[in-house]
This record gives sequence, C-alpha cells and structure tokens, in this order.
Amino acid sequence: MSFLAFNLLEPWPEPFRLFLYLAGVMAFVGANAAYLVWVERKGAARFQRRPGPTEVGPAGLLQPIADAIKLMSKQVHVPPDSDRILFRLAPVMVMSPGLMCLATIPFSDTIGARNLDLGLVMVFAFGSINVMAIMLGGWASRNKYAIISSARIVSQNVAYEIPMLLVVITMLMITGTTNLHTIVEQQAGGFWHWNILKVWANPLMPVTFLIFFTCMLAETNRAPFDMAEAESELVAGAFTEYAGMGFGVFFMAEYANILVGCSLATVLFFGGWQSPIGVFSGVVWFLVKLYLLIFTVIWIRWTFPRTQFYRLLNLSWKILIPISLGTLMLTCVMLKIF
Amino acid sequence: MLLEKTNLVKSGDNETFVLNLGPQHPATHGVLRVKLTMDGEYITRAEPVPGYIHRMHEKMGENRTWAQFLPNTSRIDYLSAMHYTHAYVAAVERAAGIEVPLRAEYIRVITSELNRISSHLVWFGAFILDLGGFTPLLYAFDDREKILDLLESVTGARLTYCYYRFGGLCNDVDSDFITGTKEFIEYLKPRLEMYRQLVTNNIILKKRLEGIGPISAEMCRKYGATGPVIRGAGVACDVRRVEPYSVYPELDFEIPVYHEADCMARYLVRMDEMYQSLRILEQAIAKLPEGPIMGKVQKSVKVPAGDYYFAVEASRGRFAVRIVSDGKEIPYRLKLRAPSFSNLSLFEEASQGMMLPDALALMGSLDLVIPDIDR
Repeated sequence: MSFLAFNLLEPWPEPFRLFLYLAGVMAFVGANAAYLVWVERKGAARFQRRPGPTEVGPAGLLQPIADAIKLMSKQVHVPPDSDRILFRLAPVMVMSPGLMCLATIPFSDTIGARNLDLGLVMVFAFGSINVMAIMLGGWASRNKYAIISSARIVSQNVAYEIPMLLVVITMLMITGTTNLHTIVEQQAGGFWHWNILKVWANPLMPVTFLIFFTCMLAETNRAPFDMAEAESELVAGAFTEYAGMGFGVFFMAEYANILVGCSLATVLFFGGWQSPIGVFSGVVWFLVKLYLLIFTVIWIRWTFPRTQFYRLLNLSWKILIPISLGTLMLTCVMLKIF
Repeated sequence: MLLEKTNLVKSGDNETFVLNLGPQHPATHGVLRVKLTMDGEYITRAEPVPGYIHRMHEKMGENRTWAQFLPNTSRIDYLSAMHYTHAYVAAVERAAGIEVPLRAEYIRVITSELNRISSHLVWFGAFILDLGGFTPLLYAFDDREKILDLLESVTGARLTYCYYRFGGLCNDVDSDFITGTKEFIEYLKPRLEMYRQLVTNNIILKKRLEGIGPISAEMCRKYGATGPVIRGAGVACDVRRVEPYSVYPELDFEIPVYHEADCMARYLVRMDEMYQSLRILEQAIAKLPEGPIMGKVQKSVKVPAGDYYFAVEASRGRFAVRIVSDGKEIPYRLKLRAPSFSNLSLFEEASQGMMLPDALALMGSLDLVIPDIDR
C-alpha cells in the first residue's frame, strides 16, 4: 500500500477514498472548465479594452452557469447523414482522458488520486485519446469542414507529440523516474532546484520548457495553433455539426486538456507544489503556478494571429524536433560527464 | 459510402470535392458564396457566386427622380458611403452644369477622407480577424467610433450618410466638428504607429502575408481591379490623381505604391493610405474657406439629354457612375461601376492552387463588401 502513503484521505477505506477522488477530480475539472471560460472571456475583454460579461451575477460570475443551462437545454442535433454512434461517442471520449490524466497529477504532497510509478507515461497514453476523439467527431459528422479539420488535427498532433515526447525523455533522464510525485519531491528547496533551472544537467533547460509549452499549445489546439477550430477558415472545424451540450463537452474538454497540460508543465518544470523560497510548500503553490501558466495560454490566444497549417508542421519537423533531439543529446553528454 | 455523401468526385487521377464557402461563412463577411473545388486543402477552382443580396440599385435609379436616388448611393458600399454619394452627385452636377461652392468641396473632401479612414479601419480589424487575431478588431472599431461620432454630428447618420446634395451639402459643419477632427488626427497618428509595431511587425502576420496571393498588374488590368489592389501591384493608379476631381489637385498627398503584389503589399497600401488621409485632412481643414455650402440649383434638377460619367476613388477602388439622360425628370439609365465586383472577379484566377487559409487571406486583402458586389 505504499503508493497510498502520501494520501490525504488515508484513514478512509479504499472504495470511499477512490469515490471521493473521482468526485473531486470531476468537480475540479467541471469548475475549472466553467470558470476558465469566464476568465478567458474577462481576460480577452481586458486585452480588448471592453468590460466583458457583466450582466449575469456580480462581474458576470454566474455567466458560465447561465451558459451551461443554455447549452444543456438545447437539442443535441445528430445530422441524418452522420455516423450516429461515433458522433455521440466522440464527446464522451474527448472528455475522459482529461479526467484520467488528472488522477495521476500530485496537487500537493498529500493530495492526489493515484501515485502511479508510471504516471508520466499514463498521462501521455491517455492524452492521445483526445486527438482520436476529436478526429472521430469530425469524421462522424460527415461535414466537409469537419473532415478537413480532422485531417489537420491528426497530422498536427502526430507532428507535435514527437518533440513533446523527446522533451519528456530528456526530463526522464534528468529525474530518473516517471513517478510524478517523486519528480516534484526531487525539486524541493527553492526555485533554483526546479527542473527549468537545472542548467548543470542541461544548459538548454529553459529552451526545453519553451518546446514543451509550444507543443502543449499545439496539442490542446490553442491559438496560434488552433488549426482544428480555425473559425475564420473552417467555421468551427470538427465541432461544426455539434449543437448544445455536444459542443459544450468539446469546449470543456479543451479546458480540461489545458488544465492537464499546464499541470504537467508545473510538475515537470516548476517544482509542482514546492515553494519558490524553500519553505511553506503546499497546494497553494501548485495552483498559483498552474493558473499563471493557464493565464499565459489565454494571453497568447488573444495576442497572436493564427499560423498557417504548413508552417505549423514545418515548425515541428524542421525546428522543434531537431532542437529537442539536440537537447536530448546534450543531456546525455552532460549526465555522462558530471 | 462516405465518398458519395461528401461529394468526393473522382475526376481523372485526382480526387476533388466541392466545398461551399458561404453564403454563410465567417470569412466572407457577408452573403458571398464561393464554390471551391478542392483537392485536399488545395483549391483547384474557386467560383464566386454573387447575387444573394442583389437589390436592383440600378433599376431603382431608373424609377425615381434624380434626387430620390440619393439615399441609395450610401447603401451600395455602406462602408464608404460618402464616396458613392460623391460620385453620383458629381455626375449629376457635371451633367446639369451645377457649380459647387469651394467650401462645400472642401467639406466633401474632409468627410470623404474621414470615411476612407473609417472604412480602412473596419477592413484592418476584419482582415486580422480572418487571419485569426481577434483583438485588433476591437481596437480598430474603437477608433472608428470616433469618426462615426464626428460624422453623425454633421450628417445625422452613422453609416448611410447621404450628406451631399446636387450643388453642395445638406448641412454646414460647425466648429465642434473642426476641433473634433483635429483632435482625431492627433489621436489616430500614435494609434497607427502602435498598429504598425504590434500588428504589422508581428512575425506570424508577416509570414502569413508576405509572398502570399500574388496579383500582378497584368491581372489587375485584365479584370479591372482598382484601388489598393492595383496599387499593391505596383501601379500608381488613384482616381484622385489620374482623373482629378473636387479640390484634390490643390492638396498635397502621396499615392502609396508597393511592388511586391502580395497580400502584405495590399495590407501596407491601406495602412499607408490612412496616414495620407490624415495628411489630406490636416491640409483641407487648414484651407477650409468661409462661404456658402450650396450653389444655385433649381428646385427639380433638369439633366439635359446625354451620356455622363464620373469616377471617384472610393475606399475599395474606382467607383464610377454613368448616367444616361433623355431630358426627363428620371434617369434613362444609371450604371454603377463597383470596385468590389472587379476585385472579386480576379479571385478565381488568383486563388488557383492556393491552400484554403491562404486563399482566405487573399480574399480578405481584396477588402470585399458584398452589397457593393451585388448592388
């Protein structure tokens, strides 16, 4: 039972503990998906010098709830030509990997659903399902825009999984474990112990983080890499035919994936729950780092125009993969020498 | 099964499918339909299908008196209403031999140039929106709001001004408008500089526009494309200079010309034109004479029989009105030469072999206004 050793809900019997974490993770994802939409809308409004949502509740805080009620009360229209089973299955499939991945993320020393030794591998294994789900959703809708979008998302994700995994292999060589909890524990004691500043293991560590972050933006289909949902080109891409909560779930999944991606970046590069000054470590630090990264993602979206699709692929195959291979080699050499 | 359902047609050895871009599509900014024959994401043929909002403006002109057609002129290209009214009014003035007081001509230039800036600001925002950048749109509309407020104070309308009359204007400008315009000139200059630094110099934007969508001067001649499209192809063709009208010969301004002939060239032409319009505004306000704003016009305008033509430089290019009169109180024929229609015509040739997002960047750089195409 050593894998439960760090658990906050230790005194609870196993089934209850799992149930509580299941509910907790789902609530966390749901609340974040709803309120990140609010943050995104308010943030976008601030970038664009307008007030954003103000009508529903104080400062528009009840807007996500109103949106959710609106989406849920709408008919989930299934186009008659579509593949009905896959069309309905895709929103479910797109939501589940986000929830699964969060089960392995250690929020603090004592909060975390599962302390898996293969945590990092599991995040990437389930992360790929998300792509398949969006592709199936686009394919099943039998809409030409959606099919173009599906084709784009597959090649985009294949292209960006590679540099991301190369970066993760670099991290594995430095940390020597795939256990996310252990990775964070190794970074204890001040910000100079964080992986992003471990320049003695790899002088290009900040670059490695930039590659990881770029790949994360591309994997989660966020601007400037939002090729799948390029609204001025493909209307809504793979989600064109989805109405009501079908669309809402895709929307939530996007935020769930950002949540997973930014959590992973926090754990791998920014010391998870470790405090930057070495004392008072805890879940607060994890959340601060997580939301700063998420804010950056939102900030980038409302600042830059979209890239072209072929430039996006060129960026991955011609720039990011060689650089990440280079950092991998460099890390090998550095680890061997020191 | 799927191939049939998605109109994937086998033709020769390559598979193409027909994609309907529009009539409802975010990138067409109106009810324009383009039938794209696609080979994957490459366009093999793009066939524009205009006419969804045809409103018979020309036919309407043949059914009402000369003055009654005036409100129509600001509804053809609703973003550059002043220029369109100007062309029609000036054509009738030329035909009927009506003298326009100098003050009226200067105010026409001032309001026209304000209108040009507001039109270009809308294009700027909408174009960056086509490229996936949402934020500049709201900044541009913020600036445009100030122009609309100024024009509203003299014309009473924010979009469809119908401000010019045969022989002058319907309303004189007051000192508030003049000071407001001066303040606006000083306000917009740093804003344009900000757009240059933040938007024009953005690496993603440069990569998206440079070398994309070449439209040669030859192609412009073939299809009659004018305005920023031909100036972006290296031809200094501006009606204000090549067929001078109003008081433009007395004003000092340059015609921005770029030789790259790509989307970036057309983008830069329009951005530079806003600077030039500000220069024109400064000079026109400094030179604005006192005097009447209406010339001597009889109650119902009589246009002698004949064939008359007048062209102006609208925001999108050369807009011309041809009127044929048989001496009656209604026109015999009224022909509107709309720049957007000619600019759209070259899309089929220019977009061949391009990828969908690049073709949409090209379409955005043409600055199409759909009611102007369909008339």
